[in-house]
Amino acid sequence: MREAFSELARAIQTGNFVYTGEIEPLKTTSLEETLATAKILKGHVIAANVTDNPTAFAYMNALIPSYVIQKEVGLEAVYQVTVRDRNRLAITADLLAASALGIKNVLALSGDHTTVGDDPRTKPVYDLDSTALVELLRKMVDEGTDLKGNKIANPPKFNIGVAGNPNADPIEPEILKIERKIKLGADFIQTQAVYDPELAKRFVKEVSHLNVPVLVGMAPFKSTGMMEWMVKYVPGILVPEEIQNRLRVAKEKGGKEAFLSENVEIFGELIKQIRKSTSIQGIHIMTIGFEWVVPKIIERSKQ
Amino acid sequence: MIITVHKPDEEIGQMTEGLGKLFLVGCGTCATECKTGGEEEVKAAKAKLEQMGKKVTGYVIVESVCDQRLTRLDLKKNRAAVDAADGILVLSCGTATQTVADQSKKITVPGCNTQFIGTVERIGRYFERCRACGECVLFETGGICPIARCGKGLLNGPCGGQAKGKCEVGGWKNDCAWVLIYNNLRDSGRLDLFKKYRPPKDYSQMAAAREVIFR
Repeated sequence: MREAFSELARAIQTGNFVYTGEIEPLKTTSLEETLATAKILKGHVIAANVTDNPTAFAYMNALIPSYVIQKEVGLEAVYQVTVRDRNRLAITADLLAASALGIKNVLALSGDHTTVGDDPRTKPVYDLDSTALVELLRKMVDEGTDLKGNKIANPPKFNIGVAGNPNADPIEPEILKIERKIKLGADFIQTQAVYDPELAKRFVKEVSHLNVPVLVGMAPFKSTGMMEWMVKYVPGILVPEEIQNRLRVAKEKGGKEAFLSENVEIFGELIKQIRKSTSIQGIHIMTIGFEWVVPKIIERSKQ
Repeated sequence: MIITVHKPDEEIGQMTEGLGKLFLVGCGTCATECKTGGEEEVKAAKAKLEQMGKKVTGYVIVESVCDQRLTRLDLKKNRAAVDAADGILVLSCGTATQTVADQSKKITVPGCNTQFIGTVERIGRYFERCRACGECVLFETGGICPIARCGKGLLNGPCGGQAKGKCEVGGWKNDCAWVLIYNNLRDSGRLDLFKKYRPPKDYSQMAAAREVIFR
């Protein structure tokens, strides 16, 4: 990895096994829930991603919550930036502001298409793609310029993350695309949710030649509804039958509480298994709305 | 081919309100292939308008309405019927409608919605293939256009919105253009082109009111 500017990057460089969490600023003007979530995660994860209009739902701009959790809670942010809603001008402007506010990690994403969002009529931008965003970030940091080469006074210092999808089918173009981003200068990979340890293993193996830290994504289920929705409507993500059945049975036998503790079992075990069989540098846990489960899962994975 | 579809009758009714006498223009090229503005469709439109109580003063199928010279000539040949009309209904693309408006100086009503530049599999099956971006990348993308066929127009795909080679845009029915590109380049032994980074496009090439003038 290049120079580490963030605590997250420093920890990875030191060889520590890291956990990151995720915070979703909702459709609200209140920061209360964001702060409450950050407080739950603090001490258990080294940093938390702050999502940028996830699944193309218009939520509070990710930059302000990223700043606030760092300042108020002392939890480092991974500021997510998608290329869906802003052109290169707006993204450059936001990145300058992010640096001014002390943001050190940026995750470069394409962003789910506007047609799957909460106002499908929206015009998507995609002036850049996530790969070009890596190039922009690299230029800002290394050369102190924007994409066109115009000089920046006091250039930012960011560590750059990119996404990877271990579930991708076919997987080859996904790996080649990641390779392209790493060559352009991404520092780490955070993957989409993976439920099958074999897929995680395959992914880690496929990107191992790139010598880039991988944080494998975990998305426990908040409810059976969320699980059924994921299985039905997100064909890109594969949830093994065994996991589905275990959770369904738990729900039937012991209700909501049993369902959630079965989650802790399953995902704690999954992390343990992936850690044992691969050389990953960390786990990224996405638990929108039930962050209290994160410490329990981490603890379970250590048993 | 410029692919068009008919506007709903109701919309045409609203636009032609107060226009008692209409002249109709169809197109012998794209709109004929699309079954929107050929001889048959123009005749059907004539019957429909007459049913609505309008008088159709005449009609013409111009070989290619977008060619100003051909349209000018055909409007001239039908001068009496054109002059007698309150307006002209054009059953063809947006370019055709503008050409007629410009050449006739009449109130001009578009009878179609222009969909895209596409290919014709057979009558009734049309697929978008080009966005006229002004910087063709087809050589390095295996003859498959990511601008027109990738939901996001990405130059360095695929994105996380593909699953089993299908695209999230449109509900996982359409092929992921970038998987098609990958397959093509892999099969032709040109993966070096896939791996290459394509920097963002010069969108000034797509700025509105484009012109090509060489004489």
